[in-house]
Amino acid sequence: MVAVRDVHYAVDGRPIFSGASVIARRGRITAIMGPSGTGKTTLLKLITAQIQPDQGQVLVFGQDLARLQRHETYAVRKRMGMLFQNGALLTDMSVFENVAFPVREHTDLPETLVRLLVLAKLEAVGLRGAVELMPAELSGGMARRVALARAIVMDPEVLIYDEPFVGLDPISLGFILRLIKQMNVALGITSIVVSHDVQELSSIADDSYLLSDGKVEASGTPKELLASGNPAVRQFMTGSAEGPVRFQYPAPDYKTQMLSVEES
Amino acid sequence: MSNGKHHDILLQGVRKFGSSAVFLVQLLIQCVPAFARPRLIVFQIYNTGARSLIIIMLSGLFVGMVLALQGFNLLQRFGSAEALGSAAAIGLLKELGPVVTALLFAGRAGTALTSEIGLMRATDQLVAMEIMAVDPLRYVAAPRFIGVVIAMPLLAAIFSVIGLYGAQLVGVQFLGVDQGAFWSQMQGAVSWHDVNQGFVKSLVFGVACSLIAVNEGYHAEPTAAGVGLATTRTVVASSVLTLLLDYVLTAAFL
Repeated sequence: MVAVRDVHYAVDGRPIFSGASVIARRGRITAIMGPSGTGKTTLLKLITAQIQPDQGQVLVFGQDLARLQRHETYAVRKRMGMLFQNGALLTDMSVFENVAFPVREHTDLPETLVRLLVLAKLEAVGLRGAVELMPAELSGGMARRVALARAIVMDPEVLIYDEPFVGLDPISLGFILRLIKQMNVALGITSIVVSHDVQELSSIADDSYLLSDGKVEASGTPKELLASGNPAVRQFMTGSAEGPVRFQYPAPDYKTQMLSVEES
Repeated sequence: MSNGKHHDILLQGVRKFGSSAVFLVQLLIQCVPAFARPRLIVFQIYNTGARSLIIIMLSGLFVGMVLALQGFNLLQRFGSAEALGSAAAIGLLKELGPVVTALLFAGRAGTALTSEIGLMRATDQLVAMEIMAVDPLRYVAAPRFIGVVIAMPLLAAIFSVIGLYGAQLVGVQFLGVDQGAFWSQMQGAVSWHDVNQGFVKSLVFGVACSLIAVNEGYHAEPTAAGVGLATTRTVVASSVLTLLLDYVLTAAFL
C-alpha cells in the first residue's frame, strides 16, 4: 500500500535518511518507532508528498509520488487521512465545521447528509456533544479526537498517525489505542503509526520498524523487536540512557569546559 | 562591509523578488477557482475592509481638515481662497486618499492578515489542508488577496469623500470660504480623469499590500518570533512600496 524504497534525504547537507526502506501492507498496522530526531516526522512528510526524496522512491497506492502532477498528488491525498500531533484544527471554525470541512470541499452532499456523516464520526470518537465548541475550548486530548474524526470523515484507505499518544491521560490514551485497532479491524484501514511509546504501540502493531541514524535499525513484529539481540534495539525498547544510541548531544569534554568557564 | 556580503544581500534581494513574483503568479492562478466560493471572499472584504472603516473615516476627516487649514492659509495670500475646494479635492482624490488609505490599511489589516496566516502555518493548519487535498493557496490566500484588492479602492473612495467633508467643515464653516464657490470650483476643476487616477492607484496599492501581507504570512518562519518578524516586514515593505509605486504611477500619469 505504502512503500518507501531506499530513500535518501538531506536538509542543508545534513543527512536525515541514508537508505531507509519501509513498507506498510494493506490492512495492517505498521509502527514506526525511534528516538526523537531520527526523522520519523520527516518520513511522514515523504509519504504525504510534502517533500520529495533526494534519492529513492516513495510509492503510495503503487504510484511514485515524485512523478505525480499536483492534481494527481491531491487525488492520492484524498485517499489518505492524517492525524497531527497537535490536531491542527482550523481555529476559526467550530468542531462541526472542522469535521465537515473535507466533505464540503470534496463533495456536493446535501446539508442533511453532511450533518449525519459528521455526527456519526464525532460519535465514534465520543465527542458528539462537543459539536458546537470552538477548537480553543477543547483540551489537547479532545482536539486530537476531533482531528481524528476529521481524518476519517472521508473514509480513507490509509490513515497516518503522528505521535498519537503524546501528552494524553491514561483514559484518552487507551481510547485512542482501541480506536486505532478498531478502525483497522472493522474498516480495514491501513494504519501507519509514528510514535516512541514502545509499550502502547507494541500492543496493537502488526509490523514495526525501528529508525535510527537515518536507517531502519530493525524491523519485524513487536515481539521480534523486543526479543532482539541488537544492543541498540534493546536499548530503545527498554528505554535505557546507556547504550550504543547516543543520548547526549555532542559536546566538548565536560571537565575542560567547566574549567574554562571559570577562567574566562 | 566586504564585497562578498554585498553580493549576498543583492542575491537575497533578487531571490526574494523572484519568489514573490512566482508566488503572485501561483496566487493569481488560484484566484480563478477561489471565485467559486464567493462566501469566503465576501467575508474577507468584511474582515479587512469593513472593519477598517472607522480608522479610515476618522483619518480621512482629520486629513481633510488639516488640508483645508493649510490650503486656506496658502491660497488666502494670493486672494484665491475659493479655490480651496478644488485644491482639497485634487489632493485627496489623486494622492492622499489612495496613499494614506494604503498606509493605514497596511498597519491595520495587512498585519492582521500576515499574523493570521503565519499562525496558521505555525500550528500546522496549512499543512493539514494540504493533506486533506485542499490547496491553502486557494482556500486561505486567494480569498484574502481578492478581498483586499476589492476593499482598497472602496476604502480610498470613502477616505476621499469624508476628507472632502472635513475640508468643507474647516474651510466653509470655520474659515468662511463661500459654500457655493467651494463646491462649484471643485466641480469645475476635477475631471473623471482625476478620479480614475486615484482609482487605479488604490487598485495597484491594494494588489501590492495584499500580496506582501499574504506572502509574508504564508512564508513566515513557523515560530512566535518568525510570525512577529513577518508582521513587521509587512508594514515596512507595504509602506515603502506604496510610496515608491505612488511616485512611479504619478510620473506615468503626467
